[in-house]
Amino acid sequence: MITPPVVDLTLILPEMIVLGVALLVLMADLWLAPERRGYLVAASLAGVLAAAWVAAGAADGVSFAGMYVRDALTRVGQVVALAATGLGVLVAPEYLRRYNLDRGEYYVLVLTAGAGAMLMAASRDLLMLFLALETLSIPLYVLAAWARGNARSQEAGMKYFLLGAFASAFFLYGIALLYGETGTTRLPDLTSALAQQPAGISAAAGVGLLTIGLGFKAALVPFHAWAPDVYEGAPLPAVAFMSVIAKIGAFVALLRVFPLALGALADQWTLVLGVLAALTMIVGNLAALAQSSYKRMLAYSSIAHAGYLLVGVATATPPAASAVMTYLAIYAAMGTGAFAVAVALERSGGEADRIEDYAGLAGRAPLLAAAGALFLISLAGLPPTGGFVAKLGIFAAAVETGSVGGLALALIGVLTSVISVYYYMRVAYVMYAGEPDQSGGVRLHASPLLNLALLITAAAVVYAGVLPGAVTSFTQQVGALLSRL
Amino acid sequence: MLTTLIFLPLAGALGIALLPRGREGAVRWAGLGVSLLVLLAAARVFQAFDASSGAMQMVEQAPWVPAFGISYRVGVDGISLLLVGLTAVIFPIALLSSWAAIADRVKAFTMAILGLETAVLGTFLSLDLILFYVFWEAVLIPMAFLIALWGGPNRRYAAIKFFLYTMAASVLMLIAIIATHVLGAVLLWERTFDIERLATMVLPVRTQGWLFAAFALAFAVKVPIWPLHTWLPDAHTEAPTAGSVILAAILLKMGTYGFVRFGPTLFPDALVASAPLLAALAIVGILYGAAVSWAQTDLKRLIAFSSVSHLGFVMLGIAAMNEQGFQGALIQMVNHGVSTGALFLIVGVLYERTHSREIADYGGVAARMPRFAAIFTIVLLSSAALPGTNGFVGEFLILLGAFRTSTWWAALAVGGVILSAVYLLWAYQQVMHGPLVAKHPERLLELTRREVLVFVPLIALIFAIGVYPKPLLDRSEAAVQAALERLNRTAATTLPARAVVRVQR
Repeated sequence: MITPPVVDLTLILPEMIVLGVALLVLMADLWLAPERRGYLVAASLAGVLAAAWVAAGAADGVSFAGMYVRDALTRVGQVVALAATGLGVLVAPEYLRRYNLDRGEYYVLVLTAGAGAMLMAASRDLLMLFLALETLSIPLYVLAAWARGNARSQEAGMKYFLLGAFASAFFLYGIALLYGETGTTRLPDLTSALAQQPAGISAAAGVGLLTIGLGFKAALVPFHAWAPDVYEGAPLPAVAFMSVIAKIGAFVALLRVFPLALGALADQWTLVLGVLAALTMIVGNLAALAQSSYKRMLAYSSIAHAGYLLVGVATATPPAASAVMTYLAIYAAMGTGAFAVAVALERSGGEADRIEDYAGLAGRAPLLAAAGALFLISLAGLPPTGGFVAKLGIFAAAVETGSVGGLALALIGVLTSVISVYYYMRVAYVMYAGEPDQSGGVRLHASPLLNLALLITAAAVVYAGVLPGAVTSFTQQVGALLSRL
Repeated sequence: MLTTLIFLPLAGALGIALLPRGREGAVRWAGLGVSLLVLLAAARVFQAFDASSGAMQMVEQAPWVPAFGISYRVGVDGISLLLVGLTAVIFPIALLSSWAAIADRVKAFTMAILGLETAVLGTFLSLDLILFYVFWEAVLIPMAFLIALWGGPNRRYAAIKFFLYTMAASVLMLIAIIATHVLGAVLLWERTFDIERLATMVLPVRTQGWLFAAFALAFAVKVPIWPLHTWLPDAHTEAPTAGSVILAAILLKMGTYGFVRFGPTLFPDALVASAPLLAALAIVGILYGAAVSWAQTDLKRLIAFSSVSHLGFVMLGIAAMNEQGFQGALIQMVNHGVSTGALFLIVGVLYERTHSREIADYGGVAARMPRFAAIFTIVLLSSAALPGTNGFVGEFLILLGAFRTSTWWAALAVGGVILSAVYLLWAYQQVMHGPLVAKHPERLLELTRREVLVFVPLIALIFAIGVYPKPLLDRSEAAVQAALERLNRTAATTLPARAVVRVQR
């Protein structure tokens, strides 16, 4: 006789709220008059807020035959993912109306991707992780191709989809190899199985393939080549959302797999992850130097930030795990904010993508330019902004290991940050000192929701920089989870 | 009280942000008013300061990021007090001097200056390493904007060079700060970035050497110590007058302050061990800076290189490691702020009238601007360390201190004193005397009343410190002695240790 697995639906209440609202929006869009699409935005935001409120306070537990876990990492990861989802909704409506792309399905896709990232944070099983990864990725492929009339958006979606499917296959093959070696896909069982027997070649290959799959999603060098092309072609609000949510999903999963599940085998993978982190920081920052497109620059910048985050995963100590979550929370604000500034601009019927398009912005829109400069300073990791706190946590954890590798990663990290100052400040300089385009080619678009998104992200970046205690005390529980192992 | 002092300018800047657009007069007055309030607050601190104690005073503390052991902790001692005073004096002068020179984006300019003042005061008063680093780096942003937005023709290059050069050196200090903290967690069983707590641990000399090297690099770029000075002439030349004044008078002092603050407390052995190297670099800087100044054709570059020379004296005083040297270094930091600040203001006055910095474009100015000539003479003699002016007190003490440590150091450094008189008098002669060569002599108008007002406090300080330096020396004495005590104590404990090692070998 087969006993049905214990299912505790209350445990997945936050995910159910988000997906429920997504279905509601999907249905409502069929009947709602186009000028009333504002209700869809409101419903999406309400769902995100409700889910975040529930997720922040939900009790721990394991359910679905041990495939789903709600613990400290789930809690922090889901709240951060929901914050990113909410911002992803806020930056979109005005842009979508401007380019006549306004359809309710946009919000459905954003919410579904958000739910995917939330499920990744709650995965206790590799198969569950795979399903969650796909739930995150497939909406992002569609969002990249959202501008249907635009060939470059189509190209971006296609490229992202093909390469993403390829990476998913790697991930799945990795799971198969690990299953062949250990006979399980449960993360906790994997730990004990690999600890008992000396890890064979197929187990090592399995872990390697998992790394490739997640490395693709996180845009780690050398699996990053898709990112600049996809970012350049995809519509701006979609890029703003996907650059953040994909990172949250991928890094929460990396924390689940490496420090939490494979912590006992740390000496076998820290070197590999460390080398990947160093490569990602160096290549991302150097390539960003050469960009003349704002979106491509931010694409390489997001690759560089993946490198800093990976330093935290490779360090794999409790403070490092907390620091990764702090970094993700702050990155959600500053990354979305930096793209949101671009959403507010338009050049001759298209996106204002060249760095020159930002020339003289300070004279025309002082607040928007100030917010833009703030996000760029924060991305560069200068105090007193959140970006500094994020990097400080990661580098402090790396130095604290006392190992040569940790010190080397921290050194590479701070020195590449200096390089990054050059390309970020170049844009800030253009905003303030550049001569504005007199032909009137660049136009400003303000909308209350976009302004709200800019206000929230800017306030979060300053708040996290001036009073980081509020953020770090929330993310610290992740480190506590790791230290209990 | 110190917290109020630090954040008053920032609060003022935020208040100014709320003023309506186009009200430039109001913005100027508000900025000046805020900086004068800061001066008042600093005067109150100066008055309440207990000169008999070498410990930190008026300490204010609050947990900031308890999880990392970071706290908000500020306090003042005799070393930081003088620099806080200097900062509070220079900023109103800088604002007043840009009344006419800055016509464009006055609001942003005033906010940048006030934001910079908060960052600088925070740097001098922080007693927590992370807090210190936050203020230290925060200085870069407004300063780079001041150069980049209101600077000369080559401003973009100068701003980026300034930013990247100083930041590249600072980030290594960040790693050293974290490493010091980690060592503190191991040795003191306490997660703290508190300078005074961390100073209680005794680190092996090799470890100290590495950590001090990272700190010293950040400070050396800021000072700047030869051969790390190459950013300075560009930044100075391109910055607007107020920016040059603040850069020379205050920002360079952050580097020398770093040596005095962190050397004796955290890395005493390393500081003692590196004294000969620091002295050698200081002497090279003194002579090189002076010689290169002489070769300049641009008045602003001349003064910029003279800073390299004058700050070499400060570093020499620190390297002497005795009371005269330290006291001289401290007083010379203030002096350099006053007299070089005034020199940049003098160039600013000329530049506003003729839009040229070339020495060759001037001549016979004294005949058309007699009041200006008198002020220039006083400032020049102060910079050349004539007895009776402030420069003499500082350089004399430094040379005395250096002499007591090594006759050679003092003998070589005296060459710098002579050279500085040579290039300053030469520049004065070229600009002020001889035939009138200006293309538009009618533009060489006498100083306005506002411009005279800018110079009055500086001239007063030149003579006050020159004749009666006691109020300043008294206040710094106890703190200097406390620092020297730490250095001597470690020298006494490490020498036997080295002897033991030698015997074992």
